[in-house]
Amino acid sequence: MSVLSFQEVSVRYGAHTVLDDVSLEVAAGQTVGLVGESGCGKSTLARAAVGLAPVTGGRILLDGRPVPNRGRRPVQMVFQDPYSSLDPRMTVGESIAEAMPERLGKKARQAEITRLLALVHLDAARAADIPGRLSGGQRQRVALARALAARPRVILADEITSALDVSVQGAVLNLIRDMRRDLGLSMLFISHNLAVVRYVADHVAVLHAGRIVEHGPTARVLGAPQHEYTRHLLAAVSLKEQK
Amino acid sequence: MRALRRPVGVAGLGLLALVLFVAAFGPVLWGERATVVDTGDLLAGPSAEHWIGTDNLGRDLFARVMVAARLSILLALAATAISLVLGIALGAAPMLVGRRLGRLITSAVNVLVAFPGLLLVLFFAVVFGVGARGAALAVGLAGAPAFARLCHTLVAAVSERDYVAAARIAGVSRVRVLLRHVLPNIAEPLIVNATMAAGGVLLTFAGLSFLGLGVQAPSYDWGKLMQDGLNGIYVHPLAALGPGIAVVLAGLAFNLTGEAFAAAPGRTRPLEAAREPAARTAPVAGTSLSVDGLRVTIPGPAGPIHAVRGVTFTVGDGEAVGVVGESGSGKSVTALAVAGLLEPPIRVDANHLVVAGEDLMAAGAHRRLGTSLAVVFQDPMTSFNPAHRVGPQLAEVSRFHQGMSRKAAFARAVDRLRAVRIGEPGRRARQYPFEFSGGMRQRAMIGMGLMGDPRLIIADEPTTALDVTVQRQVLELLAEVRRDTGAALLLISHDVTVVTDVCDRVLVMYAGRVVEELPAKDLRTLARHPYTRALVAAVPDMETDLNRPLAVIPGLPVDPTQVPSGCAFAPRCPFADDHCRAVAPALVAGVACHKSAEVGR
Amino acid sequence: MRNPTGGRWPRFALRRAGRLLGSLWVLVTASFLMIHLVPGDPVRAALGPTAPADLVLAHKQELGLLDPLWRQYADFLSRLLSGDLGVSISSRLPVGETIAHRLPATAQLAVAAFLLSVAVAVPIGVVMAVLTRRGRGRRAELAFTGTSVVVGAIPDFLLGVGLVYLLAVQTHVFPVAGLDGPDSYVLPVLALAIGPAAVLSRIVRVEMLAVMEADYVRTARAKRLTPLRVHVVHALPNAVTASLTIGGLLLSSLVAGTVLVENVFAWPGLGSSIVASIVAKDYPLVQGTVLVYGVGVLLINTLVDVVLALLDPRSAIGES
Repeated sequence: MSVLSFQEVSVRYGAHTVLDDVSLEVAAGQTVGLVGESGCGKSTLARAAVGLAPVTGGRILLDGRPVPNRGRRPVQMVFQDPYSSLDPRMTVGESIAEAMPERLGKKARQAEITRLLALVHLDAARAADIPGRLSGGQRQRVALARALAARPRVILADEITSALDVSVQGAVLNLIRDMRRDLGLSMLFISHNLAVVRYVADHVAVLHAGRIVEHGPTARVLGAPQHEYTRHLLAAVSLKEQK
Repeated sequence: MRALRRPVGVAGLGLLALVLFVAAFGPVLWGERATVVDTGDLLAGPSAEHWIGTDNLGRDLFARVMVAARLSILLALAATAISLVLGIALGAAPMLVGRRLGRLITSAVNVLVAFPGLLLVLFFAVVFGVGARGAALAVGLAGAPAFARLCHTLVAAVSERDYVAAARIAGVSRVRVLLRHVLPNIAEPLIVNATMAAGGVLLTFAGLSFLGLGVQAPSYDWGKLMQDGLNGIYVHPLAALGPGIAVVLAGLAFNLTGEAFAAAPGRTRPLEAAREPAARTAPVAGTSLSVDGLRVTIPGPAGPIHAVRGVTFTVGDGEAVGVVGESGSGKSVTALAVAGLLEPPIRVDANHLVVAGEDLMAAGAHRRLGTSLAVVFQDPMTSFNPAHRVGPQLAEVSRFHQGMSRKAAFARAVDRLRAVRIGEPGRRARQYPFEFSGGMRQRAMIGMGLMGDPRLIIADEPTTALDVTVQRQVLELLAEVRRDTGAALLLISHDVTVVTDVCDRVLVMYAGRVVEELPAKDLRTLARHPYTRALVAAVPDMETDLNRPLAVIPGLPVDPTQVPSGCAFAPRCPFADDHCRAVAPALVAGVACHKSAEVGR
Repeated sequence: MRNPTGGRWPRFALRRAGRLLGSLWVLVTASFLMIHLVPGDPVRAALGPTAPADLVLAHKQELGLLDPLWRQYADFLSRLLSGDLGVSISSRLPVGETIAHRLPATAQLAVAAFLLSVAVAVPIGVVMAVLTRRGRGRRAELAFTGTSVVVGAIPDFLLGVGLVYLLAVQTHVFPVAGLDGPDSYVLPVLALAIGPAAVLSRIVRVEMLAVMEADYVRTARAKRLTPLRVHVVHALPNAVTASLTIGGLLLSSLVAGTVLVENVFAWPGLGSSIVASIVAKDYPLVQGTVLVYGVGVLLINTLVDVVLALLDPRSAIGES
């Protein structure tokens, strides 16, 4: 279990500031929800932590040391689009095996693939399938299994349910909660959907225009929001329940 | 080998096999005949012995054309290989070298690719000198920039895919990512393009030799034969046209083969003629929309897709009706069908389909809908025409349907933009859609519907592409418009909360049918269909119990090409029995379920 | 949308002019280096192995080949700026004069073929798209695709030969070769324009088909406009911008295509002279001609971009 902390992180592309002095901590074994609207910089924050976006200011530390952004990252990421996150020409087993930290013998590799697929509630026979034969929800589970294969200390989940149908979304959310309970993973869970974040996260941070405007325990932030923008967001969602 | 199922593919591959055969065995079969000098028969016309005549030494031209195939094809393939290898190297390099060097390579390629191939060929021909080898190098080098550009575009597209990012995060090296993930995924388009390029190169070579810059005597390829034949075109046209036909056939062989593989999407089988005309029924009075037995069939590669399978409902005057369902449930197709926006080969059948008083199953009704029906689509970013300014796009409705002058229509457009709360409407009306934000565009879209006097507004997922705070503004605007105009609303959404918020009545669709119809306020509490209940329970809201797992619907949505004969939800339903799997339930008293009595308990 | 409308055009003009200058520099430098890239001694190669050594030396002096490379480059640039392209080795005439004499014939040919191919391709492509959309008119589609692929695969010089045979040799409708009166333009322009027209009409059709499936065309249909108005007012402008982007390269390749066609028709333009000068290794003349062709191509590309920016304002800010 590890602590991922963002310390005054800024990301700028030319004159355009995407993230401005963002400080956030994902404590050991905790799921932190990051909410905000499109373009507010939530994905960029996750991408910066794995070296996919250039950090122009501040530091991103894992257990007090900078996150390496070469070679195998101890921080793994799962992406939004289930149709783009798996190589269409590689079998599920090959995709998962590619992320494993050590070279295993054929048998050991098969056993590990089976174990990982079981963790995400998929049948071992799926290992031989190519992604084209899987549904969106199944693909997202394979993507999770691949992230787990790298033995990460922290997982970043970037809008992993927003491209899924509602009947499938529930299963993936349940899986995320099971994984935190059973594996004790630290996770940054990014979503624009407050109800989803409320369901899976212990802490919530609200990102608006590249700045964190509020963060704290989920029940407090969503129950008694301090910042004007958080209230604005909540009002938009709970419009229907209030009447 | 889907390509083989199309006539173009068969013609291309057959021709290619023939060309390659001649290239391989031509010199063996005709080599001798091509060199026999017959001084008694110089520059002869076609005859039984010499099919396309003889040249100035009396040699048989047909044999020479056959023999020339090998050199022509070999040179073309060699040049294509040079282009391809260089192109891949230049196109993939930006991914491997640093950002700055990569950008330099890319812009150099962009400059070079702007010059036509023939000009580059001439340039390199100067450098490498006249002759077959120089020409092969020249044509090969000249083709490299185009391949580099193509390869770069393909690499860039694949590199943006998340699986490449995932591989990088998993510690896979750049070279390995290139070899394992990128190249295999761009190989197909590259090979297709190389095949077509080979056809082009063949023609370029012929051109070079024709100009006297390519193959030199005593060697000969098709271009050289053409050059020799051109002088005698008055008396002996076949001497020039014969090798020309060979060039065109060989070029076609490569082109058609590439073409067939490039465009080999599964062919859709046209629908068979409609069965007997559906029985005509009368519309329900006092409705803005009345549909009976709506069926929509879309031709697909694996047979017809029955997207909507007999849907009957009404929207009363001034009423708001919501349609919910997952992707593939047929809800959007239903919306497009009742808006009259589906075109052949999609087939729309109904016992009646009456929208705002117009019978859509009759001819000529559509035009009058221009002012009485408003439609709002899902994606505001693509629903406006990027080539025209916003104001005139709105004004077009009044100019076309209400006969207004350009000026009056524009003034009305500005007024309508103000009505949907767009600030500075006069200035905004003169802007292009790309200068609007997503929420603003969706409001302008609603404004477009208000140019006329709508009795019904059909909104297909109007808020799905928008942020939550903007969603609320758009929904409030829709409610306000209904208050002001008294228009009825048909709202399509996958979002249960949006529909319950805005609508009076809700239809739940599954696999092309309405499975339940109930008042919106009862959706969360009084639903009787197991699918409706599961759908509501599967979506977390701000009151969901955090100590219990979310409800899950097991299994996968129905494949619309293979809808089971019984209840479509039966394979995923905990209540289903053999009767459910055999007999499709009808919609009776608001629910289509054999087990609704059990479920309700 | 964040850009003030006023700033769009100056910035586009600046960027596009920068690109044009960059490409011009590449072109000029490449044509300068061309003579230095020739393996061996270019002057010896041009004059032949029997030429006396002092003649070779004199020519080298005249071409400045004995100076250091940077000096030659500087001289080349300064001469170019004053419009001096050097003197032909074989004819001893100034290269600029020769080119000025021959350029008009080539330019007329290229412009006429350009206009003809666009004028033919756009209407055909649009009509075919409307007739064959969504799997309708399968036979018409097959006939059109087949014809355009076959016609597009026939190289322009071969078309020229065929046209000469059919319309000049057999029927004497048009003159066989040379530039003499309006009649003599018909065959060369046809030979040059037919191929690009076939390819361009396919591109227009494909783009038009894609545009007709776009959301904004559905919006236009939802406004219940007539099909003609939907196609002409809403689909066509977008299809033309997309086709121009792809077809622009095709049209600039037409400039180079004149080389072959001119040789078929003995057209008194640049194309005939560049081939003769390559064979004769008359490097100054080749250099000058390549420069002129290159500038022509760059001007066409710039023109296409400006037209695109006028038709589709996004392209003026969108591209990097």
